[in-house]
Amino acid sequence: MYEAVAFYLFSVLTIGLFLITVMSKNVLYAMTSLAAGMILISGFFFILGADFLGVVQLIVYVGAIMALYSFAMMFFDATRDIKEKNTNPALVFLLGGLSALVLVLMFAAPIHSEAIQALYPMHEGVGNAQDVGIVLFTKYLVPFELAAVMLLVAMIAGIILAGKKMDQSLTEDMSADDEILIQKDEK
Amino acid sequence: MMENLVYIALFAPFAGSLFSALFGMSPKQTFVGIVASSLLFISFAASATLAYHVYSTGAAVHVTMMEWISAGDLTIPFGFLVDQVSVTMMTVVTLVSTVVHIYSIGYMDHDKSFNRFFSYLSAFVFSMMILVMSDNFAGLFIGWEGVGVCSWLLIGFWYHKADQPREENPSISPSWAANEAFIVNRIADLGMLVGLFIIYWNVGSLQYDVVFAAVPELSGSVLNAAALALFIGAMGKSAQFPLHTWLTDAMEGPTPVSALIHAATMVTAGVFLVIRANPIFSATPEVSFFIAALGTFVALFAASMALVNRDLKRIIAFSTLSQLGYMFAAAGLGAYWIALFHLAAHAFFKALLFLGAGNVMHAMDGELDIFKMGGLKKAMNWTYIYMGVASLALAGIPVFAGFFSKDAIIETAFNEGTYVLWAILVLTAGMTAFYSFRQVFLTFHGKARYDESTLHPHEMYKFVLIAMSPLALLAVIAGFFMGGFQTFVTKLLPDYVMSDHTHHLIWVLTAVVLVFAVGGIWLAYKKYANGLKRDEELENSFIYKLLANQYYIPQFYEEFITKPYAMLSEHMWKDVDMKIVDATVDGIAKFLYKSGDGTRKMQTGNLSNYLNWMALGSVLLLVVAAISAMLS
Amino acid sequence: MIGLSHYLIVSALIFSIGLMGVLRRRNLLMLFFATEVMLNAVNIAFAAISHYYNDLTGQMFAFFIIAIAASEVAVGLGLLIVLYKKYGSLDLDDLASMKG
Repeated sequence: MYEAVAFYLFSVLTIGLFLITVMSKNVLYAMTSLAAGMILISGFFFILGADFLGVVQLIVYVGAIMALYSFAMMFFDATRDIKEKNTNPALVFLLGGLSALVLVLMFAAPIHSEAIQALYPMHEGVGNAQDVGIVLFTKYLVPFELAAVMLLVAMIAGIILAGKKMDQSLTEDMSADDEILIQKDEK
Repeated sequence: MMENLVYIALFAPFAGSLFSALFGMSPKQTFVGIVASSLLFISFAASATLAYHVYSTGAAVHVTMMEWISAGDLTIPFGFLVDQVSVTMMTVVTLVSTVVHIYSIGYMDHDKSFNRFFSYLSAFVFSMMILVMSDNFAGLFIGWEGVGVCSWLLIGFWYHKADQPREENPSISPSWAANEAFIVNRIADLGMLVGLFIIYWNVGSLQYDVVFAAVPELSGSVLNAAALALFIGAMGKSAQFPLHTWLTDAMEGPTPVSALIHAATMVTAGVFLVIRANPIFSATPEVSFFIAALGTFVALFAASMALVNRDLKRIIAFSTLSQLGYMFAAAGLGAYWIALFHLAAHAFFKALLFLGAGNVMHAMDGELDIFKMGGLKKAMNWTYIYMGVASLALAGIPVFAGFFSKDAIIETAFNEGTYVLWAILVLTAGMTAFYSFRQVFLTFHGKARYDESTLHPHEMYKFVLIAMSPLALLAVIAGFFMGGFQTFVTKLLPDYVMSDHTHHLIWVLTAVVLVFAVGGIWLAYKKYANGLKRDEELENSFIYKLLANQYYIPQFYEEFITKPYAMLSEHMWKDVDMKIVDATVDGIAKFLYKSGDGTRKMQTGNLSNYLNWMALGSVLLLVVAAISAMLS
Repeated sequence: MIGLSHYLIVSALIFSIGLMGVLRRRNLLMLFFATEVMLNAVNIAFAAISHYYNDLTGQMFAFFIIAIAASEVAVGLGLLIVLYKKYGSLDLDDLASMKG
C-alpha cells in the first residue's frame, strides 16, 4: 500500500520535475528541478530495496554532479533566459511521443520468458550494501578498477580543460588559444 | 617412338605458326615461308611414317597427352588416336598443306602480309590435325572451331578491301565473306554442340570408343536426334544446302587458302565427321538416307550453278560443293570407305585445280572472269597441263583418280536400289565434265579476249610448278590404289561391296557414266574450244539468270533473314537495350547521385540537426524492433 | 500491487522526456541536463529489474552508469567552459563549424 502510494507520488513528481528540466528556459530552474528529480529517483531505489544504489545516487548525482553543474554555471550567465531557436516542435513531440508509446507498449506487454536465471542472486537476511560489496569486489573487480581509472582521467581532464588560464578570456585574446596549443605540443 | 611421331605430326605446324607469328608484323621475309613449309613437310613425313606403321601393323596408335578437362563426372583427356581413318586424313591434309605452303611462297610473293599469311595457314593445319586426330568429340570440336577461326582469318586476309554492291561482286568484300562464313558455321556449330550434349547426356562420355560401344543400347530417337544434330554441324562445315552460300563467297580469300581450306581439307571435315561417327549413322538409316538424298541434291544443285558462272574460282568452288555432295551421298548410303577415298582423291585434284586457277589469276593480274581470258595455253603450258589433268580427274575420265572414286559412288547409288539418286548423280557427272572443260577451254583455248597490249601473261615460278607436281601425279594415279585403300581402311570402317547383280552390270554402268562425262566434254569443246560465241538469247533466258544468280538464294537470305534480323536487332538495341537495360543501369547511377545530392543537405554542420537525425534513426529502429517482435 | 511493468513504464516515460529534451534543446548545458535525465531513466529500469528478478547484476550496471555519468560531466563541463571562453555562447547554432 505504502509502496504503491510512494511509487505513484514519486512517478508523478519525477515526471513533472523532469518536464520542467526539459522545457524551462531558465538554467537555474532547469538545474534545480533536475536535482530534485534525482533525489526522487533515489527514492525509487530505496523502494526497490537497492539501498546502496540510492545512497550512491544521492552522493554522486545530487552531491557531486549537481555541485559541478552549479560551479560550471558560475561561468555562464545563469539569470538570463536562454534564447533557443527551437527545432520544429511537432517533430519533437512526434518523436518523443512515438518512442514513449512504443516503449510503453513494449514494457506493458507481459513477459513470457520464465527461464531468466539470476546470475548473482541476492541473499536473504543480508544487507544490500554487503551483497553489493561482495559482488562488486569479486565478480566486477576489473570493471570497478577501470571505472576508477576512468574517473581519475576525467578528473585530470576537467582540471586541465577548465583550470588553465582561468584569468584569461579565450574569446578576446586569440593568442591564448595558440598558447594552449603550444602547451599541448610541449607535452 | 610412334608416340613421338604423333606429337611431331601434330605440333610441327603449330611451331611453324608460332614462328611465323613472331614476324607477323614485319615486312616479307622469304625464310618464314621456307621454315613453315619445312615444318609442314616434317609433319607430312611423320604422318606418312605413321600411315606406313598403321598399314603394316594394322594397329592404331593411341596416345593421351594429358588430362584436359576434369570436372565432376566429366573427364576429357587430350588424347590422340591415329587409326586407319585419321591417318588417311593426316596424310592427305599434310601433303596438300605442304604443297600449298610451298606454292604460297611464290603466290604471295608480292603481298606485304606474307609472314602473317604463313602464320594463319600453319595454324589452320594445326587445328585440322587436332580435328582429325582427336580421340574424342570434344577435341574434334576444338579443332572444328579452330579451323573455323583460321578460315575466318584467311578469307578475310585482305580485310582492307572495300565493300562493293552485290551486282558487281556477289561476295561484297573479303571481310563480309569472312563474317558470312563464320556466322553460317556458327549456326551449324550450334547443331553440332547439341549433338555432343545429347551424346554426353545419354552416354556420359565423349570418347569415341565409349560412345560407339554404347550405340546399341541407345534408343532410336536419341540416336536419330544425335545423328541429325551432328549432321547439321557437318552441313555447315561442308557447306551443304541450305548453309552453302558461304563457300563460294569464301573465294574472296587468297587462292592457296581456297585450295587448302575451301577445297581439300576443311570443307571435308563434315564428311570426316560422318565417317568418323559411322556407328551412329549406321544405326540410323533414316538420317543416313536423308544425308544421301541431300548430298545428291547438292551435287546437282551446285553443278547447275557452275554451268553458267563466269568466275574461275567460283566455278571450282561450286564443283567442290558438288563433289562434297557426292561424298555425303556415299557416306549416307553406308559406303564410308568410298566416301573417304573420294575425299582423298578429290583433295588432290581439287587442290591442283585451285592452284592452277591461282596461277591463271596471278598471270591475269587478278582477273577472274573466264569470258575475259582465252588463249593462255601458249603462255602457261604447265598450268594448262595441270588444270587439264585435274579437270579430267574431276570429270571422271578413266585412269584418272576421279574416275575410280566417283564411279564407285554412282555404283553404290545403283547398288542400293536408289535409282533416282543414281540418275541424278549420273546427270551431275555429265554436268561436271561440261563445266570443268568449259572453264578449261575458255581459259586456255581460242583467242585472247583481254587487252594484249597491257597484259602479258607469264608462267608461274618454276619451284611452284614443281611443288604442284605431286598433286598432279596423285590426281593421275591415286585411283590405282583403290583396292589397297579398301583393305586398309575397312579394318576400321564397315566394308561395302557391290552385290553380284551390280557386279554383272558394272561395265554397263561405267559406260553410262562415261557417255555422260565424255558427252559433257564434247559439248564444252564444241561450244567453247574455238573461242567464245555469246548467245544473247540464252543469257537472257529465265533459267540462265536463275542459275547465274545462284537461284537468288543469297538475295533471299538477305531479304528474309539478314534484313529482318538487322531490323529486329535495331529495335532490340533502341527499345530494349537503350530503354530498359541501359536505362536501368543509368537509373541506378542516377538514383545514387540524386540520393547523394539530396542527403548532402543533412550535413549541415549543426550538431543539433545531427542529434535530431540520430533520434529519428533510433526511434525508427525501436519501431521496427517492436513490429518485428509483434509479428514473431 | 506495483509490478515490474510499472517501473519500466515510468522509466520509458522519463527516457522519452529526456529524448524530447535532446531534440529541442540548442543550448549545450541544457543538452547535458537532458542526457542526465535519460541516464537516470535507465538506472530506474536497471534497479527495478534487479529487484524483481532478485539479481544484483542490474544494480552493478547502474553503478557503472553513474560512474560514467560522473566522468562525462567532469570532462563535458570542462569542454563547455573552454567553448564558452572561445565563442561566448553555448548555442549549437553558433558553434556550427563543421558544415559539409
